[in-house]
Amino acid sequence: MPTIVVDVMPKAELLDPQGKAVAGALARLGRSTFTGVRIGKRFEITVDGAADEATLAEVRQVAEDILSNGVIEDVVGIHVVEDRG
Amino acid sequence: MSTRIGVITFPGSLDDRDAQRAVRLAGAEPVALWHGSHDLEGVDALVLPGGFSYGDYLRCGAIASLSPIMTEVIDAANAGMPVLGICNGFQMLTEAHLLEGGLIRNDHGSFICRDQVLRVENTDTAWTTDFTGEQEITIPLKNGEGGFVASDDVLDRLEGEGRVVFRYVDVNPNGSLRDIAGICNERGNVVGLMPHPEHATEPGFGPDTALAMRSGVDGLAFFTSAIQRTLASA
Repeated sequence: MPTIVVDVMPKAELLDPQGKAVAGALARLGRSTFTGVRIGKRFEITVDGAADEATLAEVRQVAEDILSNGVIEDVVGIHVVEDRG
Repeated sequence: MSTRIGVITFPGSLDDRDAQRAVRLAGAEPVALWHGSHDLEGVDALVLPGGFSYGDYLRCGAIASLSPIMTEVIDAANAGMPVLGICNGFQMLTEAHLLEGGLIRNDHGSFICRDQVLRVENTDTAWTTDFTGEQEITIPLKNGEGGFVASDDVLDRLEGEGRVVFRYVDVNPNGSLRDIAGICNERGNVVGLMPHPEHATEPGFGPDTALAMRSGVDGLAFFTSAIQRTLASA
């Protein structure tokens, strides 16, 4: 069974307090290589049949309408991961 | 016949009974409604209460905004029924596209609970006619994700059309853009805000005032305004 992965991120122009808190913790630990952290969401959707174009179209629709809120977030990626068995 | 105001309970609602109590104290009859139903039971106005519906999973208010009863809520709102969204209810109204903008995590990253001063900037909405213009009121605020955000275009339009109903005074408690605490739709029948008017409706249980501890009842006028509106349109 293939898995369809949907990645959602807070809009670039919006403050991401979660990412900021993690970035602050890393800085306190001396990890000065990292200049920023932003936190988003990953959805893993499983389907019974093949992840064909019709299924992907439905996923794109759901990603825009339900999994993300266009006012505060962007869908940044949708891709298929085949069953690793 | 007294005005009947429905209060919808969603899985994870916390302030539904407080909202019912506020409705009763204001002189209307509260009607408990259930998210899984499609029946508004003929109410004259609606309150979407605060809480943490579905544990704030996905996004605050997002899953609740897809509840069966929301079909009827959206139809009623578009037909002009007074609808008030408080805190999580406000988040649901934005997720249901009845109000513009969105709510994100507080800029300081912490939950905040305080008695908050607000300025009432629009006294023509269904829920604010019993206030006077520019009146400053104090009601409790308690949220973790109350930062109001919208694009500059939307913010300009909201301000230009007088649809910023409440603005934070003295302290911006959550990083809301332009200090916005609450807004309304174009028609003014749908209002959403993060602070909690239902917790400032009975002496002894409200915010402190200069006169006495816990005597603040600034929240009552929300509900008496809606009662006036429903009587006027009856």
